[in-house]
Amino acid sequence: MKILVAVKRVIDANIRVRVKPDHSGVETANVKMAMNPFCEIAVEEALRIQQAGDAEEVILFSAGPQKCQETIRTGLAMGADRGLHVLTDERLEPLAIAKMIAAAAEQQGADLIILGKQSIDDDHNQTGQIVAALMRRALGSYISEIKKVAGGFAITREIDAGLEKLRITSPAVVTTDLRLNEPRYASLPNIMKAKKKPIDELSVADLGVDIGCRTEILSVVEPPARQAGVMVSDAGELVDKLKNQAKVI
Amino acid sequence: MNFAITEAQQMLVDTAKRFVAEELYPYEPEVEKTDALPERLRRQIIARAKEVGLYAANMPAELGGGGLDTLSMCLLDRELGRANMALQYTVGRPSNILLACVEAQREKYLYPCIRGEKVDCIAMSEPGAGSDVRSMACTATAKDDDFVINGNKHFISHADIADFVILFAATGVEQSARGARKKITAFLIDKATQGFNVRAGYASVSHRGYHNCILEFDRCKVSSAQVLGEVHQGFAVANQWLGNTRLQVAAICLGRCDRAYELACEYAATRKQFNQTIGKFQGVAFKLADMALKRRAAELLTYQAAWQEDHGGMSDMEAAMAKLAASEALAFIADEALQIHGGMGLMADLPLERIWRDARVERIWEGSSEIQRLIISRAILRPLENR
Ligand SMILES: Cc1cc2nc3c(=O)[nH]c(=O)nc-3n(C[C@H](O)[C@H](O)[C@H](O)COP(=O)(O)OP(=O)(O)OC[C@H]3O[C@@H](n4cnc5c(N)ncnc54)[C@H](O)[C@@H]3O)c2cc1C
Repeated sequence: MKILVAVKRVIDANIRVRVKPDHSGVETANVKMAMNPFCEIAVEEALRIQQAGDAEEVILFSAGPQKCQETIRTGLAMGADRGLHVLTDERLEPLAIAKMIAAAAEQQGADLIILGKQSIDDDHNQTGQIVAALMRRALGSYISEIKKVAGGFAITREIDAGLEKLRITSPAVVTTDLRLNEPRYASLPNIMKAKKKPIDELSVADLGVDIGCRTEILSVVEPPARQAGVMVSDAGELVDKLKNQAKVI
Repeated sequence: MNFAITEAQQMLVDTAKRFVAEELYPYEPEVEKTDALPERLRRQIIARAKEVGLYAANMPAELGGGGLDTLSMCLLDRELGRANMALQYTVGRPSNILLACVEAQREKYLYPCIRGEKVDCIAMSEPGAGSDVRSMACTATAKDDDFVINGNKHFISHADIADFVILFAATGVEQSARGARKKITAFLIDKATQGFNVRAGYASVSHRGYHNCILEFDRCKVSSAQVLGEVHQGFAVANQWLGNTRLQVAAICLGRCDRAYELACEYAATRKQFNQTIGKFQGVAFKLADMALKRRAAELLTYQAAWQEDHGGMSDMEAAMAKLAASEALAFIADEALQIHGGMGLMADLPLERIWRDARVERIWEGSSEIQRLIISRAILRPLENR
């Protein structure tokens, strides 16, 4: 089995994000970037499946500017085998990314595609679902557990009602939730090895997909500053305020 | 000039940052409060550091170490330096001088240190011999194929947990251009050797959980196979291998600067007095500017010296400037960060009071600030003399 893992370069989760003065997006120049945390979980799970002997190869995929190779390299330093980088400076919507991932997975013959359930920058929570639809594959979204079984995968999904246990057929697409695993450290020996692992650079044309945007960003603004809270002395006062002042109960 | 670090170095920094946050920070309160590092915790940190490949990262890869160059080691030491001394020391970086070990010495000392099975310590200082280390009174007298050692060492860091000591002792006197001077030899001495005793040192303002010790040698007999390097060539061995220790001090100082500086920036941007954040007062803002300036200057001097070391060798002056700049930047930054925090800065609830206390030793050990200035000024003036 081959596993394709999609990894996205995003602003480091510890950085306070700033909106550009012209409201066209957020500031990314000279800002520390990192792998999207949900993608890290995806890489970790792929490596665990490989270590359990259920996969021969873990391939990382990323699309975007040249610097995306750093993100791929981080995943290679965690232990993945090789990388695919689609070089483009275009703005990419989930549909465009999904088309590229689907095409790459087809080319590579990947039986399992693992993605983060969402990226912490755009929060779309769409890409994995679109990939599954485009490829007409079984989908397991928000998984907190996955195991290879005959003919497919046994998964656990985190849903509002609790945990849903499913069996899905292979080939499949899954998206990771926070509690799936705790990603490993990129160890020093693996960081050294990662330098020599291959990253194939592709163009959008190599994948033969249309990445044109269907949406247009009109403006990006900061969320309004939160109003200061009020301290109440007891539960009675709280209920009274909720009922009569906030009128929410 | 390109001052950017490589992709691999950035990954090393990211791994080290996470290691410090997850494997060291959680234990800081306990170690600070009890002034002790429990053995089970020490073992746990060593095991985790080995898993991540950070243990003995300074040692050559072909010997089982991490194989990092000097600049990468500085980046790693900087991240480790953020944490409490006892905890960060446990992420072992065996003394480079152990690379002078030959044959059986390698099996007995070097390799076990790289594997995290043994810990070394270095003993030069004595009550009567500090900066003027060559004036040491501890002697090793040759007798048949053995040496008999007599004398005391003090201020010896972590000798309590070390398995053996790299001891420097006087083995004779020679004539030099500037008069008679002692000949020094380095020895590898196991803790259990008869006539060698380690006892608790002084209570210190710095370094909770990481202790200095007093070493006593009374007719302690060791075989000549325990000589590290050549007889009478102790300082030659030390000079060859211990120059980097000044960069290590500089890098650790930078890590502490980072932590104090980050806390200070955050506090200045959020603490309100007189209806505004205190960072809006120029008196506070300018402190941050000076802190940033000194930190950056120390960083550049340290990285430049390290880079030089990796590209043909740094000079004594470069190492001295890095150590001096970083230890003095830390003194300034720790103090100003504390000042910005007001009374809260003095309280053990924040790591600041610890960083402030620990900062003091950095201007004293590994060559005091005065000795570093001596080295720098000599390098300036020597070419101008005797023309
Ligand atoms: C916590 C701690 C841990 C240590 N760990 C170790 C260890 O593991 N192994 C080890 O061998 N040593 C260790 N040391 C010793 C350390 O290296 C010495 O403290 C240092 O060399 C200074 O020696 P001293 O303390 O005797 O001061 P002194 O040398 O007596 O200096 C006193 C003052 O005089 C100044 N001075 C001295 N000579 C000159 C000069 N020529 N020009 C101008 N000013 C001068 C000094 O700068 C200083 O301000 C440790 C010390 C401390 C505090």
